[in-house]
Amino acid sequence: MAVFGSGGSRIGGGRGPSFGFRFFCYAVVSVVLMFYDRKGGFLDTARYGLQAAIYPLQLAVNSPSAAWRWIAESFATREKLQAQVDQLRNALRDQQLVTLRQAALEKENATLRGLAQVLPDVIEKRLVGEVISVEVSTLRQRLLVNRGGNDGVYRSQPVITGDGVLGQVIRTGPFSSEIILITDSEHALPVQVVRSGVRTIALGTGRSTSLELPYVPQNYDVKAGDVLVTSGLGKVFPFGLPVARVTRVERNPALPLAQIYAVPLAGIENDREVLFVWGRSNLPASTATPQALAVDPPVKTP
Amino acid sequence: MNFARREPRWAVFFTVLIALIAQVVPLPDWLSVVRPSFIALVIIYWSIYAPHAGGIFAPWLAGLALDVFKGDVLAQNALAVSLVAYIAMSIHQRLRNQTLVQQSLFVFAMLTLNEGVVWGIEGWLDHSVASPWRWLQPMIGAMLWPFIALLAGRTHQKA
Repeated sequence: MAVFGSGGSRIGGGRGPSFGFRFFCYAVVSVVLMFYDRKGGFLDTARYGLQAAIYPLQLAVNSPSAAWRWIAESFATREKLQAQVDQLRNALRDQQLVTLRQAALEKENATLRGLAQVLPDVIEKRLVGEVISVEVSTLRQRLLVNRGGNDGVYRSQPVITGDGVLGQVIRTGPFSSEIILITDSEHALPVQVVRSGVRTIALGTGRSTSLELPYVPQNYDVKAGDVLVTSGLGKVFPFGLPVARVTRVERNPALPLAQIYAVPLAGIENDREVLFVWGRSNLPASTATPQALAVDPPVKTP
Repeated sequence: MNFARREPRWAVFFTVLIALIAQVVPLPDWLSVVRPSFIALVIIYWSIYAPHAGGIFAPWLAGLALDVFKGDVLAQNALAVSLVAYIAMSIHQRLRNQTLVQQSLFVFAMLTLNEGVVWGIEGWLDHSVASPWRWLQPMIGAMLWPFIALLAGRTHQKA
């Protein structure tokens, strides 16, 4: 009958302390690590280094899919590429038209509000990063991107795509960073309805096509089809980035709050590239006038 | 005598590395939910057949690497895997005399323990993102055990 903690050291014959004692030491170290990792603090630097140590392995693990994409791209036919170029050219023309109008609108807006000059863009600087790996499950919605602290990426930095807000940086290493998507069930994002100015919080649901707005009272003005933008509250995301489109509003008279669902505008299906943005910190949370944004006192329906 | 005592440290290193890769390689959602802990399986193997090659340190380090890789709380997998390694080492002489199929029962218990410890720590740190399917992992791991043990057995000369 072997006894825990004594069996191992018997054959070794005087090779230091028993397994039991050593396990005890490692267990204590583990618990201490867990405690301080959860608390945050000096272990963050250790994490930063470990992230760098593990980065080559992360690249290696994801190299088959990267190689496959590279091969597929290299062997794309001429017609396919031509079609893609045409499509991009069209998109660019449309965008140029919008931009032309925008300069005029901004000036007009500034004049209307009696400002001496147009407010600077909320986005000060941006950086393109490439997605290395995607983890999309009901438990976690995370991305690994090939930009990190060496590129100036910082924790809780906003990450967007051309379509809208994607998520924020949750952890950085020197060469890589981990991004939590807005659809992760642990993510919450302050948003605002463009049409009515109603401000609330959008929670991730764990499904990549759905956000939840659980804190909107029954009588607030939110309709299916409304576009949500970041409200700039919370000081993580700059004001006015598109987030999602409301798909369903359920008003159950028995509940005090409406149940609202929205589909995020940004996705990572079509694009392997994301944008890290640096917001201008000295701008007001929201550039709209207080009157326009103040949520009207809810209209009491008889 | 000296030769017989040489520990297969490189074999431990490379098999654990392969297990780590197998553990984190991207898989479709439904498959990755039931992916068994390959690290725990390989560590159990070495704990039984070469307990002095890696000691408790190798399991602990492998678990820590997994934590960093998956972005989990540091040392939660490290603690779980080293606990499993410790139990396997404590009774490794008895386990060596069993057939692979008999061992899979022990492996099943250990993988369940591993999963339970991780689950418990997640719950303790109010980070509970549990899918009930995770409890299928130990069963699949136990079924894979004979193959993994045979494969790992080819990397070193058994004493």
